[in-house]
Amino acid sequence: MKTDAEESAHLYHEHSERHPVAIHDMTVSYNRKPVLWDVDLDIPEGRLVGIIGPNGAGKSTLMKAILDLIPRTSGDVMIYGKPHREQCRRVAYVPQRESVDWDFPVDALDVVTMGRYTAIGWCRPVTRKHREVALEALRRVGMEPFAHRQINQLSGGQQQRVFLARALAQQADIYFMDEPFAGVDAATERVIMELLRDLREQGKTVLAVHHDLQTVPEYFDWLIMLNMRVVAAGPTRQVFTRDNLHKTYGGRLTVLDEAAQAVAMTPR
Amino acid sequence: MQSNDFIGDLWRLLTLADYNTRIVLFGAAILGFGAGIMGCFMMLRRRAMISDVVSHAALPGIVAAFIIMAGWPSGGKFLPLLLLGALISGLLGMGCVHVIKTYSHIKEDAALGIVLSVFFGLGVALLGIVQQMHVGSAAGLETFIYGKTASMLAADAWLMAGAAAVVVLICALFFKEFRLLCFDPEFAKSQGWPVHGLDILLTALVVLVTVIGLQAVGLILMIALLIIPPAAARFWTDRLVVMVMVSALIGAMGAVMGASVSALYPKLPAGAMIVIACSIIFAFSFMLGPRRGLIHGMVSQAALSNRIARQHLMRAIYECMEASSPERLEPYGKPALVSLHQLTASRGWSDRKVKELLHAAARDGEVEIEGWPMLRFTPEGLKHARTIVRNHRLWEWYMITHADVAPSHVDRNADEIEHVLGAAMVAELENSYAISSQSGGFPDSPHRLDIPMAETTTDKS
Repeated sequence: MKTDAEESAHLYHEHSERHPVAIHDMTVSYNRKPVLWDVDLDIPEGRLVGIIGPNGAGKSTLMKAILDLIPRTSGDVMIYGKPHREQCRRVAYVPQRESVDWDFPVDALDVVTMGRYTAIGWCRPVTRKHREVALEALRRVGMEPFAHRQINQLSGGQQQRVFLARALAQQADIYFMDEPFAGVDAATERVIMELLRDLREQGKTVLAVHHDLQTVPEYFDWLIMLNMRVVAAGPTRQVFTRDNLHKTYGGRLTVLDEAAQAVAMTPR
Repeated sequence: MQSNDFIGDLWRLLTLADYNTRIVLFGAAILGFGAGIMGCFMMLRRRAMISDVVSHAALPGIVAAFIIMAGWPSGGKFLPLLLLGALISGLLGMGCVHVIKTYSHIKEDAALGIVLSVFFGLGVALLGIVQQMHVGSAAGLETFIYGKTASMLAADAWLMAGAAAVVVLICALFFKEFRLLCFDPEFAKSQGWPVHGLDILLTALVVLVTVIGLQAVGLILMIALLIIPPAAARFWTDRLVVMVMVSALIGAMGAVMGASVSALYPKLPAGAMIVIACSIIFAFSFMLGPRRGLIHGMVSQAALSNRIARQHLMRAIYECMEASSPERLEPYGKPALVSLHQLTASRGWSDRKVKELLHAAARDGEVEIEGWPMLRFTPEGLKHARTIVRNHRLWEWYMITHADVAPSHVDRNADEIEHVLGAAMVAELENSYAISSQSGGFPDSPHRLDIPMAETTTDKS
């Protein structure tokens, strides 16, 4: 005999196998202070998912909690129906660019090759085959000529592309990107966007923390609007409304006006 | 007489005549080698200070082990047991740091400071008590504070060699994992690497090297052997593999040099001599390192200012010509004469500076001086000046039309604008120039164009 709770958990997991990310009743807190409340999300496959919200809304925290980088106070997260630790190889992560020391003694190719380490396995050297994959990833972001450039000699946009190439080299199914467009030049932004669309075409799922509300409707077809809880989540055309923006951003009117313009300009 | 003794000592040292000297130098070298390797990873992981905590926290353990052994019938000092005591209290110190950091709001650096000083104080107090007790030969214990390589026995040297071998082996095996851990631990964790376990392995190796090195270098200065060699090595390379090897060599060299001096002058403690030797190598690297070194920085800075000054000069001459005889700007025939006074007036430069710059330009065959104060471009000079002016104006135009691009993302010192912006971008810029200036081909200076700013800055496509 199964109890009701077991039964529903079973059903839930059945159901979550089809979702790249399924979050169930998740709460995350820092120093006993909750920063994300009761998050319930089923993210559909093959979408470009934007995560937006004001500063301190928990956007990066959401991402890190999904990736098991910070502990969850409650709730669970399934990646294609299994916990993250069993699905590491299907998940690629692009941290914020400032999170690492760019003066580290490695070149661009070394960094991208790090995306292959899990595939290479413990204590084995990097082989030519893996280096080829890494080079191909660099090619896709237009950074092949810089493969042997020391990473501190790259511009901000180039560093971001290297990070992106590292994620590509992982050959994952789900891509988590923490502010991939922060502080990059216009050319890099175009390259990144083309790449994200390519990934979507291959049936991959991309989640990206995003700041520029004006480009939201153009860039993302699915949206998570966050302010310590999920204000709205769903297809951008349905949820990116003035009303939801108000709930997400509160009284920040200048932001809202820009966003309203963006909403008005969205092709329906 | 005395100087003869000294030369004799030096000779015996250099020729490794004594068995004892051989032991000491071998031990020191191998210790510096291992410390140099571990220091690299610890410095890049920003955990270098852990070694300082371990070494200082080791003192009470050493003294306690000595007290216990003094009670034994055989008495005396047995190094492995002293080191075991050092290891235990060193690890205890690290544990305290962890507890303070985790269960209070005190930050790591403060926690390190507290533990390090309290344990060291405790050790000094215990040492005082031992000396009061007059048990055994407590005098030898002080070598752990300042370091004494001369007392190294063959067994000690082999212990160091063993530790260094473990360090080399594990670092070679886990090189890839350590590199990932030090560069981007969050990413490593997202990939399922046991970041915590790797940190423990790395720390264990550092503790091993630290404890083994205590006797030779002394606990106060042990940290230097772990930090200075990698810091010096960083000046010579941008590759981690090379940095680790260079750091190991610098560590070994510094340790050998320090131990040698200490062997010649027994009053000079080995630890201090090793640190001084390492610092000399560091200073040398800091000055002479390619690309990152001080002298290279100064030279390239000077070269850059010279180049910029020359470009300013070329542009100034060109603009003077542009103002007075625009019909002779084409690179055919003899370029028009320009006077020195025109130049100084247009730029607010001093006569002397302009003359210096002109002489340099004349030496490079870009300018002909037709008897002061008249001068003119050579045909090559004019060609060069046209390129400079064109690039400069395109840059200005780029900055005006793409003002939203952060200046840090463009290298304005590039000779060829095409190398930075790409041919398509340059064509676009030249095009927009041509439209707004209606001069076709060659761009006018944007300062002289009356461009309505609003129109250009809102155009974001």
